Amino acid sequence: MLELKDLTKRFMGPAGVVRALDGVALRVPAGEFVAVHGPSGCGKTTLLLAAGALLRPTDGRVTIDGQNPYDLPPDERSRFRAGKIGFVFQQFHLVPYLTVLDNVSAPCLAKRTPHASDRARELIARFNLDDRIGHLPAALSTGERQRAALARALLNKPKLLLADEPTGNLDERNAENVLQSFAELAEDGVAVLLVTHDTRAASYANRALYMENGNIRPAK
Amino acid sequence: MTIWGLAVKEIRHRKLSFGLGLVSVVLAVGSLVGALTLLKGYDMRTRQILARKEAEAKQKMAALNDDVRKAMLRLGFNLVILPKGQNLGDWYADDYASKYMPEEYVTRLAHSQIMTVRHLLPSLQQKVKWPEKKRTIILVGTRGEAPDFHANPKKPMVQPVPRGKIVLGYEIHHSLGLNIGDDLTLLSRHFTVHKLYQERGSKDDITAWINLKEAQELLGKKGLINAILAIECICSWSGLPKLKADIAGILPDTQVVERVSKARIRYQTRLKVAQRAKETIQAEKRSRAKLRSQRERVVSVLVVVATVGSAAWIALLSLANVRERRAEIGVLRALGLRSRQIMLLFLSKAAAMGFAGGILGLVAGFLVGKHLAITLEHAAAEPMGQTLFDPRLVLPALVMAPLLAVVASWIPAIIAAQQDPADILRQE
Repeated sequence: MLELKDLTKRFMGPAGVVRALDGVALRVPAGEFVAVHGPSGCGKTTLLLAAGALLRPTDGRVTIDGQNPYDLPPDERSRFRAGKIGFVFQQFHLVPYLTVLDNVSAPCLAKRTPHASDRARELIARFNLDDRIGHLPAALSTGERQRAALARALLNKPKLLLADEPTGNLDERNAENVLQSFAELAEDGVAVLLVTHDTRAASYANRALYMENGNIRPAK
Repeated sequence: MTIWGLAVKEIRHRKLSFGLGLVSVVLAVGSLVGALTLLKGYDMRTRQILARKEAEAKQKMAALNDDVRKAMLRLGFNLVILPKGQNLGDWYADDYASKYMPEEYVTRLAHSQIMTVRHLLPSLQQKVKWPEKKRTIILVGTRGEAPDFHANPKKPMVQPVPRGKIVLGYEIHHSLGLNIGDDLTLLSRHFTVHKLYQERGSKDDITAWINLKEAQELLGKKGLINAILAIECICSWSGLPKLKADIAGILPDTQVVERVSKARIRYQTRLKVAQRAKETIQAEKRSRAKLRSQRERVVSVLVVVATVGSAAWIALLSLANVRERRAEIGVLRALGLRSRQIMLLFLSKAAAMGFAGGILGLVAGFLVGKHLAITLEHAAAEPMGQTLFDPRLVLPALVMAPLLAVVASWIPAIIAAQQDPADILRQE
């Protein structure tokens, strides 16, 4: 599903060139949950953004579902992203003025999804947010916000789910619930790539990788 | 959900930001509509003032016209048409001509196309001895006005004297103790007193008027007259030489004498008054136009300042909104929204702000403009209020205001659309 080949990303920093990604090679097939953990600043978020067709790599190739999204013009790439990829962020990034239902339905703005509202309600029910359906994010607990963000990521039935520190702001119980959800999604055939410094993720993932200095290796 | 729906929800959520932008649009549109309403009120007031002044001038002129008409009747006639051979020295001395001309002349003149001659009074006038009463009087034979065939007839200024009747001047009837209905004999012919004149202090006081035919018979001048009194149209004084030439062309055996300088003076006074009235109205027009021009300049500056200020304010608010919504933009882009949709999201909000501001500005501007117009122009509220509203302002206000807001938000919207979601998400 996702294949990264010799992925390199260099930034110009105050102290000179920074190699955020240094020849990363990774393959996440459909139905696999891969967790990448590593210290802060090791390039995890850059890896996720490059894999998610949001950050063009300096070198290397990204292939998602057999296609390199960076070969597409910007608008096509946006459509591609809307149709194939779901994102979950550490800060949840729910739209503050939309209810849970509207937040979960938001991806239908990018891609017309038949029966989007029904699908959103179904996901809301799946993540036990029925009683919060009309609430704004500010009225939700952190766990509920992350579940709502996860539901939003799944609205368009993505083939690839990318999660950036999704448990970073959650308590233990909520973190475990979220990780369990990722595992279940992988069982449903979704390719899941999670980057985190939470070592617990490894126990829920099919494969655990360690990232350091812009490269990845199997976790010990 | 749609982009428009998203924009509306954001507006509801950030009411203050929207409200601040709305106020600026209301101010811009309101100042424009208010200023135009005020100017319209000023124009209406100008029309009212000028109409009033024109009506006053017209009324004054009508009174003067009437005065001149009466003056002509009392003071004499404009023109006297005399036989060509008449010595004017004798005529001035005796006040009647010793030469005669055919009565048919008056008919010929009446049938002519001289528009300025509106009243023709043929007369046969002669100083006669009244043997029955042993006194000398002036006998005037008159038949009233000749028919005026080519122009709308006016009310006759002199009524004809019927046959067998006599009209007496003051001195005659007063000294002889005659009253209306009394019979008298003049040159062996019987007359009944038809009318008595009040004292005029002129030769009229020793004048007796009888029917022209009878006068011709009494004086042995059948078919003859010795004067045609012509009252010209008052506007024709300036064209007197032409009028004289015209009459000479129709009646070559006559001469035309102008009389009654007092009437002329009054006429000239009237002309001066008319001129003064016109000048006053023109001066008022110039003064009002100058004031309007000054107001227009103030309004232009005000509207430009309000519009530019509003646009700058909306641009700043939009920019702040873009900064505030950075994370939202990043996540929406990550969800797959295209840059065009992000731009549309911001421009929809601006358009909504402009449209709402346009409506409110239209209403507020009209109400303020109406109030100012009524207060400043001292005009009655009702007539002004009913007609001050200009429906032609509605469409421009409802089109221009959203356009202004959209144009002002354009650059912030582009900035929002061009933001790199990766940058945002990394920083967030």
